[in-house]
Amino acid sequence: MKLTVKAEEMLAGEHGPARQWAVQHQLQVGRMFDAADMVAVSQAHMMADPESIGIAGVELVEGFASLPEQQRRVVIPMITDPRGVDLNYYDPLGQTEAMADLERRFIAACRAMSIVMTNTCINYQTVMPPVRGDHVAYGDTGVVIYSNSICGARSNFEGGPSALAAGLTGYTPRYGYHLEQNRKATRRFVVEKQPQELTEWGVLGAVIGRLAGSYWQVPVIEGIERIPTSDEAKHMGAAMASYGSTPLFHIVGITPECNSLADVDAENLPVERITEQQLSELRGSFGAQGEKVDVVVFAAPQLSLVEMQHVAGLCRGRQKHSDTAMLVCTPASVYTDAKAAGYIDDIENFGGRVLQGTCFYQQYAREIGEANGWTRLLSNSTKIVNILGGYGYKPALASMQECVDAAVAGEIL
Amino acid sequence: MSLILKCHPGIGSKVTGEALVANDNFSARYDLDRIKGIFSRPQHALAGQSYVDKILVLNTAKGGVATAWMLYEMASRNMAPRALVLNSANTIIAQGAALAELPLCDRFEDGDITRLIKTGDQLTVDPDGGVVSVGCL
Repeated sequence: MKLTVKAEEMLAGEHGPARQWAVQHQLQVGRMFDAADMVAVSQAHMMADPESIGIAGVELVEGFASLPEQQRRVVIPMITDPRGVDLNYYDPLGQTEAMADLERRFIAACRAMSIVMTNTCINYQTVMPPVRGDHVAYGDTGVVIYSNSICGARSNFEGGPSALAAGLTGYTPRYGYHLEQNRKATRRFVVEKQPQELTEWGVLGAVIGRLAGSYWQVPVIEGIERIPTSDEAKHMGAAMASYGSTPLFHIVGITPECNSLADVDAENLPVERITEQQLSELRGSFGAQGEKVDVVVFAAPQLSLVEMQHVAGLCRGRQKHSDTAMLVCTPASVYTDAKAAGYIDDIENFGGRVLQGTCFYQQYAREIGEANGWTRLLSNSTKIVNILGGYGYKPALASMQECVDAAVAGEIL
Repeated sequence: MSLILKCHPGIGSKVTGEALVANDNFSARYDLDRIKGIFSRPQHALAGQSYVDKILVLNTAKGGVATAWMLYEMASRNMAPRALVLNSANTIIAQGAALAELPLCDRFEDGDITRLIKTGDQLTVDPDGGVVSVGCL
């Protein structure tokens, strides 16, 4: 893999051990995927909740953070994915002081490296959306699929270590979705039923992701009659990435790289229909009508201000059931606006709790569930119900309205 | 006699061990109880089985980006698989393997690796050489 003169210096250790580690890491990954060289990136976004990184990962980053300033600073704007602990609200959730301490240590290390703690998986809505053709090093599969597909940016799934390496070098290996030829469609789907609200967009994304089934497949979708809102595209993409490891999709006539099938070389691909039955089957696998619900969760992805407004409107003047908890996850920036608008009060007067800068499945979901005796979880996120089965939950899926109604009734309606 | 399977050059150092095989996928967050060292997602083909010190032979990498950190964390507690052998890796698992120094190979010339290797087979995984050998050494 060809390196720039600067990267060769970093590899030789002339810019300190952190940048040397970063180039070594990038060389290993680049070779695996036959990268010819590196590409400059304008931003990095790092997924790094303490549950994933553990003590070992925190110690690694603390080692970098302890270096002299010119050796530890990231060289491009670098932001973070949700935290695992809301330091204003963790004891009542059953999170321990040890978890909070690990989080505090990691935040201090990131700040020393000039990483901005945005703690969000919706940075494309709240921080700085990438521009078409913009090469970026983003983590969080939902961030990558939205940025690639809706914004037309260029990113692979960069896990925390690789995003950190990109922040330290300003480059990432040029492979995968940084290359134009890999962005053409490989599967062609025709939608027979129009999705209406957020969960239906999520279910559609999940069905397509499951069929596409690999990081290296690019779905092109026909038959969508209405331009999705940013929140709808967010739910669709997050679910597709979760079920299929899919980093990029096109919608004919809607997404920026696909005015026509010809733009993505899809004219001769066989047509696969997405039927109402396929959508119902996926949704039906997360049904649990009549069962008591322990916790209702709005997260994955974090809620935008518009979603906060909707949840607040559904909660206003009502009271949740005493045996059912409700959690809402949003970044601190949205929380501030939602507080000023009165939405936080609406949700808290209902009996719900709004967490800042976390996302439920990234915050020790297993330990929280065990501490609170939560098993039956209800959400409008098609992504989160896919994840939480492995964490000991029995997840169920419903629309935002149905979720709030279930929180009032204490059971799934 | 041993069977020689050629693949794309991978990540990490040469290692030998016992195979644990399934025609299913891999995500450290979605599929595992990393404390107990077992597959925990009920729908997973290896649900309930220990992966610790096994050479996992699976189809592809699924799910989110967490695996990139989690392999390193698992390795720090000696609770990681010994190596990963996949039909098709994604970027996250490659990044995680690089950080954790966990051998990883994918893209085999002779077809579906989950059919060519059986649970209990003794494997030698040589990522630099792009070779996995099955059977007696």
